[in-house]
Amino acid sequence: MMLSLTEEIPLVHPTAADGAFSLLWLIIALPLAGATILLIGGAIAPKPFKVWGHLLGTLMPIGSFLISLVLFIQLIGRDEGDRQVVQHLYDWISVGTGSNELTVGMDLLYDPLTALFLLLITGVGSLIHVYSIGYMEHDERRARFFGYLNLFVAAMLMLVMSENYLGLFLGWEGVGLASYLLIGFWQHKHSAASAAKKAFVINRVGDMGLSTAIMLAFVTFGSTSFTVISAGAGEAGDNVMTAFGLLLLLGACGKSAQVPLQSWLLDAMEGPTPVSALIHAATMVTAGVYLIVRSNFIFELSDAARTAVVIVATVTLLWGAIIGCAKDDIKKALAGSTMSQIGYMMLGAGLGPAGYAFAIFHLLTHGFFKANMFLGAGSVMHGMNDDVDMRHYGAIRKFMPVTFLTFAMGYLAIIGFPGFSGFWSKDKIIEVALTENLFIGICALLGAGITGFYMTRLMLMTFFTTKRWEPDVHPHESPKVMTVPLMVLAALSVLGGVMLAGDWITGWLAPVVGQEAHAEPPLPALAITAIVVLVVAIGVGAAFMLVGQREVPRTAPTDVSFATRAARADLYGDAINDHLVVEPSRHLASGLVRFDRTVVDGAFSGAATVIAGLGVALRRTQNGFVRSYAVSILGGVLLVVLALLAVNL
Amino acid sequence: MNDFPILTLVLLVPLVGAAVVGLMPTREGVDDRPKQVGLIFSVLTLIIGVVIAAAYKVGDGGMQLTETHDWVPAFGVHYALGLDGLGLLMVLLTVALVPLVLLAAWTDADGADAKRFVAWTLALEALSLTVFAATDVFLFYVVFEATLIPAYFLVGGFGRKNRSAAALKFLMFQLGGGLVLLGSVIGLYVVSAQQGSPSYLYSDLQALDISTDAGRWLFAGFFIAFAIKAPLFPVHTWLADTTEQATPPTSVLLVYILDKIGTFGMLRFCLGLFPEASEWATPLVIVLALISIVYGAFVAIGQDDILRLIGLTSLSHFGFITLGIFVFTAQGATGSILYMVNHGIATAALFFAAGFLIKRRGTTLISQMGGLEKVTPVLAGLFLVAGLATLGLPGLSQFVSEILVLIAAFDYAWYVGAIAVSGIVLAAVYVLWAYQRMMTGPNPAGLQAELDADAQGEGVRDLTRRELVVLAPLTAALVLFGFYPAPLLDVSNPTVYSLLDNAGVADDGPDVPVGTHAEEGDH
Repeated sequence: MMLSLTEEIPLVHPTAADGAFSLLWLIIALPLAGATILLIGGAIAPKPFKVWGHLLGTLMPIGSFLISLVLFIQLIGRDEGDRQVVQHLYDWISVGTGSNELTVGMDLLYDPLTALFLLLITGVGSLIHVYSIGYMEHDERRARFFGYLNLFVAAMLMLVMSENYLGLFLGWEGVGLASYLLIGFWQHKHSAASAAKKAFVINRVGDMGLSTAIMLAFVTFGSTSFTVISAGAGEAGDNVMTAFGLLLLLGACGKSAQVPLQSWLLDAMEGPTPVSALIHAATMVTAGVYLIVRSNFIFELSDAARTAVVIVATVTLLWGAIIGCAKDDIKKALAGSTMSQIGYMMLGAGLGPAGYAFAIFHLLTHGFFKANMFLGAGSVMHGMNDDVDMRHYGAIRKFMPVTFLTFAMGYLAIIGFPGFSGFWSKDKIIEVALTENLFIGICALLGAGITGFYMTRLMLMTFFTTKRWEPDVHPHESPKVMTVPLMVLAALSVLGGVMLAGDWITGWLAPVVGQEAHAEPPLPALAITAIVVLVVAIGVGAAFMLVGQREVPRTAPTDVSFATRAARADLYGDAINDHLVVEPSRHLASGLVRFDRTVVDGAFSGAATVIAGLGVALRRTQNGFVRSYAVSILGGVLLVVLALLAVNL
Repeated sequence: MNDFPILTLVLLVPLVGAAVVGLMPTREGVDDRPKQVGLIFSVLTLIIGVVIAAAYKVGDGGMQLTETHDWVPAFGVHYALGLDGLGLLMVLLTVALVPLVLLAAWTDADGADAKRFVAWTLALEALSLTVFAATDVFLFYVVFEATLIPAYFLVGGFGRKNRSAAALKFLMFQLGGGLVLLGSVIGLYVVSAQQGSPSYLYSDLQALDISTDAGRWLFAGFFIAFAIKAPLFPVHTWLADTTEQATPPTSVLLVYILDKIGTFGMLRFCLGLFPEASEWATPLVIVLALISIVYGAFVAIGQDDILRLIGLTSLSHFGFITLGIFVFTAQGATGSILYMVNHGIATAALFFAAGFLIKRRGTTLISQMGGLEKVTPVLAGLFLVAGLATLGLPGLSQFVSEILVLIAAFDYAWYVGAIAVSGIVLAAVYVLWAYQRMMTGPNPAGLQAELDADAQGEGVRDLTRRELVVLAPLTAALVLFGFYPAPLLDVSNPTVYSLLDNAGVADDGPDVPVGTHAEEGDH
């Protein structure tokens, strides 16, 4: 692929945290304490925690948000070259001496990239905690739910704050655990328990990549610290860097549901909707993008690794969009969309310094508008007796005006309606893609059109068209505690684009990811924007023709084209996994169990039968094996004594 | 304090305890006194263990708290005890575990049975402590074999229907290993006697000049015995049968303490006495270790009996431990020592929790459980934590050891690391799939009927206070050592350095060294 001239790769070279920055640890400690108190306390004394557990759980991320905000302001006040600080908490692992030493610290890094993530995680996280107070009100285990949410927030913060890959991995697996617990929160349902396990196991395949990258980091650099690796990366050789980058990409594919490790995300919608909003839309699933942007000092040195990122991203952004077109389950349609939007972020990240900042920009705006829409979907479900099938919705805008209006803001943002946040962020990625490689750029453009289609379809089936719900369903607006977070997120969905004003976001992230010398796009930027808007308009128009102008049947028609069937089946992602991996593994496992019993054990049993026969004979004459055992020990000791004598003589 | 034979004391206390409990008169009806007396002795042992830890000088890699007395001077046999970091950790684990085993088994047996269980457990504790503290190879051999006596009675005396057959199988394998070991022990004497006055003292043997051929033969004897003990593929088949048939507390004693003697022996004797032969055998051992990791995990996935499953996961984990030992780096060896500790804690918690579960459901078959998460959330939660530790989740202790072993394996050869790392996916499958089938989903018909019938409050309940006392400290240790493994590392590091130093291994540094090591980085 075509590469632009790389600028100097910025190094990670933090200074020790002082002043307000010495509070860094507290950002993680608060939600971690919340999780500990809620999970242990809730098990010991369930009653009081039912009364105020959710309040405690909500206060913790809010506290972290306030600290993050203060630190962010402090960071803005510093010189650009002085915006990286590190806080050493303690030595986590320390083994070996001299040149073979491995010391991994619990070190927290705070720089412009982390600062943005902290605000996203704690800010959107706090809103979703507030929303959950209402959403989970009737659940008996609400305190436990908040405990898990707090655990998630703490782990996610660890992920983006660690100064080394091992600490990042701690957070990485921590969010995986929280995701597992929350997807399976209603684990009396087989589907939920199964989805939770699937998510964890598929993520573990990705984790193999990240673990191996950690091993490679140690063998190559003797350290897993970003500071050390970014300083030494240039000397390590291209092949090592390519391997490193591909391993990280494998990890990112798992966490961020990128092809080929995408299939868990749709099942993950089994979790309560606030979980889908927080974990499976706004934060955790974007961790793969963070990983790649954070590791820019590695990807900058390997064209092959970056090309792989771009290919995976492009496939996924189309894959997710196509799935989103065919889903009738509102959450799964949104999940397909999430997959696709993360594809855009990955694409940005794969395009190098020109795209890193825009990847993060889109990650943030997506965090706003997708959390907004997921919570909106939750609000709809709340009013529709937890039905998720859009074919049973219709005309809900009249009954849930706040949900409708806030959802509409998210909708306009995601399709890229001019002026809304998603317009700015997606447009930038498409522009960079077109500049770097025409084919990839056109794919990204096509994805934008499909996004326009499936989001409009979702919007129409849910809020417009005619009502199709059962007589016993009485849609009603959700309580304030749920709608206020929606309004805040809607406002952010509209205004998030302000981060691009005066190229603030690219300048802000430049100390971390570098800044591209301006490359000329094939067309003037304004023309590209116009084309994007046109393509989106075509998608929207198609949805109006195909969905808005026709009757929506209550049950999905079955006489549909192959394409629709494939999209409904998640493009056969599960079928491929089952046939290629799950079934063969299951056969292998049961085959090995038989092999173990018959061949391996059989070999010993055969030999043992002879000895056992002897044992039986002994048992007949005496009182069992004890004696035979005693005899053999005695025999053994006698042998020793004889041997000793023999040598001495 | 300096000359006080505290190591002798720590192994005498449980031995006396075993005798006292064994000689107590059997009373009719419910009689908790043997258990209480046994518990007191085990706690007393634990306290002495804590004193030993306090007296131990962290940072010194050699033998400490040594006691040496002639036993059979003609053959150079001594009663010699001493602890290095590795021995200390094993001793501490043993003394900490036995009280929990006694508590966990509190309601397993009554009357004369209970008395026998307590007495044999204490006897096993005393002998295992001697194994870990022995610094005379002959003494080691004698107690190594002697541990089989209480172990045999524990497996054969308590448990399920086919326990006698399982106990016999266990014994046959161990005896086989013991005989091979005996050959090497005799051989060591021969070599020692040829080079002056014979001595079985570990330090004397380390100073011996063993010829390459002799060293390899002797090594083989030690290694085979330890590979059976640990166990490694293909000599592992006794393990699943034993854990399936024995009671869970017995399995804890076996897997947690006895099996560790195998990997303890590999470090102490294979590496310590035969470094050249150990390196010579490395390719074969690594292949066996890798097979154990992958094969053990696959066979575990295919099990329906939870006790067999947990037993077989240990095969996979012993593969990791052995792998770490034989790659000859500080990370590998330290990782293995930590792994021995952490695997012990995690597996003990798993076995105990599974035992409590089986008590409640009356079956060991995973396919017949289900739905327990709602009824017994605390039990399910602690089981899950132990399971997550087993699958190497960061933040829980086993992760630290696993990543160290993996790093060392990758350092040895990238493909060894790449094969071993597949274990982390397979572990996730066997832990979470079992959890899913045992704990989640709707209540199975049988459980629901029981719950309905026992609406008054009998029936399936969450953990009792006694059971919580068993599981809580183990769970706390998993979290503590996951975030702060320094206490374990500080103790094991010096021992590892002196071990590797003795083996003459020079670690190669990273490819791109940083800072002060910049000049010495090339392979």
